Order: sequence, then C-alpha cells, then structure tokens
Amino acid sequence: MDIKQLETNFDAKLSKNENIEPKDWMPDNYRKHLIRQISQHAHSEIVGMLPEGNWITRAPSLRAKMILLAKVQDEGGHGLYLYTASESLNISRDDLLEQLHTGKAKYSSIFNYPTLTWADIGAIGWLVDGAAIMNQVMLQRTSYGPYARAMVRICKEESFHQRQGYEIMCKLSVGTKEQKEMAQDALNRFWWPTLMMFGPPDAESSNSENAIKWKIKRESNDQLRQRFVNQTVPQAELIGLTIPDKNLKWNEAKNGYDFGEPDWTEFNNVIHGNGPCNKERLGARIKAHEQGRWVREAAMAFAEKKKERVAA
Amino acid sequence: MTTKEALFKYLLRLGDTSMILAQRNAEWCGHGPFLEEDLALTNISLDLLGQANSILQYAGQVEGKGRTEDDLAFHRTEREYYNHLIAEQANGDYAKTILRQFFCDAFDFYFYSELVKSKDEMLAAISAKSIKEITYHLRHSSSWVERLGNGTDESHSRMEKAMDELWRFTGEMFEMNEVDSVLIKEGIAIDLNAVRPKWENKVKEVLEKATLKIPANTFMQRGSRDAKHTEHLGFILSEMQSLPRSLPDAKW
Repeated sequence: MDIKQLETNFDAKLSKNENIEPKDWMPDNYRKHLIRQISQHAHSEIVGMLPEGNWITRAPSLRAKMILLAKVQDEGGHGLYLYTASESLNISRDDLLEQLHTGKAKYSSIFNYPTLTWADIGAIGWLVDGAAIMNQVMLQRTSYGPYARAMVRICKEESFHQRQGYEIMCKLSVGTKEQKEMAQDALNRFWWPTLMMFGPPDAESSNSENAIKWKIKRESNDQLRQRFVNQTVPQAELIGLTIPDKNLKWNEAKNGYDFGEPDWTEFNNVIHGNGPCNKERLGARIKAHEQGRWVREAAMAFAEKKKERVAA
Repeated sequence: MTTKEALFKYLLRLGDTSMILAQRNAEWCGHGPFLEEDLALTNISLDLLGQANSILQYAGQVEGKGRTEDDLAFHRTEREYYNHLIAEQANGDYAKTILRQFFCDAFDFYFYSELVKSKDEMLAAISAKSIKEITYHLRHSSSWVERLGNGTDESHSRMEKAMDELWRFTGEMFEMNEVDSVLIKEGIAIDLNAVRPKWENKVKEVLEKATLKIPANTFMQRGSRDAKHTEHLGFILSEMQSLPRSLPDAKW
C-alpha cells in the first residue's frame, strides 16, 4: 500500500472516531506528538510524587498519612501505565527517562512549586488534580487506544484524589484561625499556577492545532480553563475561601465566570527551568535513578545467573 | 503490673514498631531505585501504617483514658515509645533498607502466626489480618536479599555492610520482661523463645541463598523494652509530630 492510501485509511479511522492501535499505520508526526504528550504525562505523574511526598512523613494524623501515601502511590501507578502506553509507540522506558533527565522532555510546570504547608497538600488535590481531571476526562476519548484506556483507569482514581484534597481544605476552613489562614494562603499561591496548567491561550499554543486535528485533544486550552474556573469558584465559596482574582465576575450572558489573565511571563520562566523547585525536582529524580543503578544491575545479574543455572 | 497495664505496653511495642518502620519506608516514596520497587515499598509502608493504626487504636481503648491512636502516635516522646530499635535505623542504601525489612518481616511472620492464637480476640483478629500482608512482605524482602546478596560484587559488598550495621539490633526483638510474663500466663501474649528458632532458621536459609554470612561480632544492642532508643528516634518523632504539636488545638 502506498503512503497516500495509508494516510487515507488513517484519516478515515479518525473521522469514524475509531481508535488507532499500536499495530496500525500512523503518520510519523502523530507518533512523535503522542510520544511527547504521553511521556510528558508519565513524567508529570512521577515528578508529581515529589511535592506531595514532601509531606508524607509530616502528615498530621495517621489517617491523613495513609490517604496521602496511597495517593502518591497511585500517581506512581499512573506513571507506570503511561510509560507502558508510551512503550507501545516503540520507545523504551530508559530512553524516556533519559529525555526527562537531560531536560529534553518536559513535565507539568505546576510541580515546580514548593509545598510549604499542610494546606498545600489540600490545594494540590483540590486544584491541581481538579485541573488534571478536566484534561483527562477529555483524553478518555483520545484517538490513540492505549492512551485512552490508560485514561479511563486514571480518571477513576483522580476523582478520589480531588475529593481528598477538597476534604483537607474543608477541614482546615472550619478549623482554628491558623488553619483557616493556611488554607487561604495555599489557595492564593496555587490558584494562578493551576490556571497555567491548561497551557497558553489558544491563540499562542503551538501544539494545539495538530492535536485537535488528530483527535488527540478534543477541547482547547481556553475551553478547559473556563470549565475549571466555573466548577471551582463555587467550591471555594462553599468553604469560605476567596479566589485571589480581582477580575473574577459571573457573566450571565456566557453562563460562566470572567476571570483575570495568569502571568504568562512567570509561566515561561517556570517552563524554562526557572521555577522555584525545577532544580530540586529534576535533581531528586536524577539522584534516585543514579543511586538505583546498582540495584537494577544486581537484579539483572541475578536473573542472568538464574537463567544459566536453569540452562546448565 | 495488672493485665491491663501489661496489655497496653505490649500493644505499644507492636504498634510503635509498625509505625516507625512505616515512617522509615515512607521516606523512600518517590525516591526508589526504580518505579516498581518504589511502589512495592510504599505498599509495605501502607500495610504497616494500617497495622499501627489498628493496634494503637486498640491500645487507647485498653488504656481507658480516652486517648486515640493519633494521641498515642503524635503526643508521646521518645522515652514513651517502645518500637524495636531496628525499625528506627536509618534507611541507608537500598541494601540496608531491604535487610532491615527482611529481619523485621521474618520476625513478624513467625510472631503474628503465633499471636493469632491469642486469647485476646482483638489481638487475634488484628494478627490474622496482618499475617496476610506480612506473608507478601516476607516474600518480597527475602527475594531481594537473595538478589542483592547474589547479584553483583557491588551489591554483595553493600549487603555485607548492611549486615554489619544491622545484625546487632536483631537480638532484642526476642527479649521478654514482666509485660510478657503477665500476659503469657493469661494466654494473651506468646513466648518469644518459641519464635526465635523459627526466625533463625529462616534467616539462615535466606542468607545462605544470598551467599551472605552473619558477622563475627554478635554483640547485641538492647533498650527498646525500656523505651531507651538510638539517637535516630528523636529526629523521626520531631518530624512526624511537628504539625499536631505546633497547633495543639487543631483537628485534622
């Protein structure tokens, strides 16, 4: 079959909303786009373990500790499904990690912010996981089969994460004066970086056009951002917290909120390595990988010895 | 010592050991040598936390002063903690973490296998639930002791070093005092002298496969039965308890 014919078949599948599967022919750029996006997503899960992991040993009750530990473990599990989904596009996990460690591959910029208080654990679950869900619900219908299926599984767990985050915020907001201040402070610090998670405005988003054409993405950055704001503002009001945006106003005509513009200069700084924790996050990943080398080598050497023994 | 007092102390011994070992393993979360092992260690930590939670909750009930599992975990000092010294030893490298886990798992496996027969129904029920989890933990840690001991030259020498650091803390796990004698009479606690040979056999079997030797210096450190710890515990508790202690009126 010539390329033209293959392309026609591929386009036909997309227009019928059929999934593209690993053995199907796909354009090189579609494959590249997916590897970039899925691995970025996997790296975000793994790097995302760090800011929350920062509070596991200090969680203020046994129940909170167990929930947080289980949650961070879930993120690791998500990373694992997503690396597997990436591998179905013919790239190894070692190569993917290499791209992360050398800075070639990105991860979600939100994880370059520090978790300074316990309330940040609440804010991450409520806001960051809430924003991630907006994206992931959409991705359950993404055109690449293994990615869509991983998302179905991930979405179930993410909604539990969002609830646990909101629960932490609820508890703090009915707590002592210090607890209330802690909750408001966390919202103040995480609100704008969370809005940035949806990516730059549609007019400036370089990767969006192809992603929509290939049905990898089905909604634009701005649409998802708007939906997130509409959903989150009443949740904040319900527990007496104030969204730190002077321009936030209900707009009856569009049946949604008008809201201010995130500081895109800050966003670009964080993306280019200058966020408050970029060095620490990547440093921690590289350190774990380097210090784990002898363990991985020992496991391989042992497996070889076993094989030889069986053969002999 | 009344039965109630003895049972309270016995429960602290068990609950604190699970608690502190869970806390140590949780330090690995996000930093494991590869993703699958990161998840496995976190899983073990979660199981141990669940055990600590049930045991400390029961300890609070037995004590009868209205203390919850959180009061016991977050508002006792290092001189009121009864965990085994081995549980609080620093993670070190992965060899040390795995070996520490193996010694504790092997102990817990034979210990809780006996404790399911306790006349105290709650203790028997907690043991029955825990033993399922511990069976998996022991399989995991013993397979890794074998893999690392018998892997590369580097992994072998790291395991030897870990053995040298940890062996001295294994003896006190079998130490008994008045708490044990009071409870053994009632059929609540078990005789640790009966657990010891089983533990030793298992350790011998796994170390042989791992081509590792027990160190020549077999002097045993002791202290946890009297809440006398190594210097590590103070730091573990400062970190773990910082938030509830800094805001004592807050509920979490």
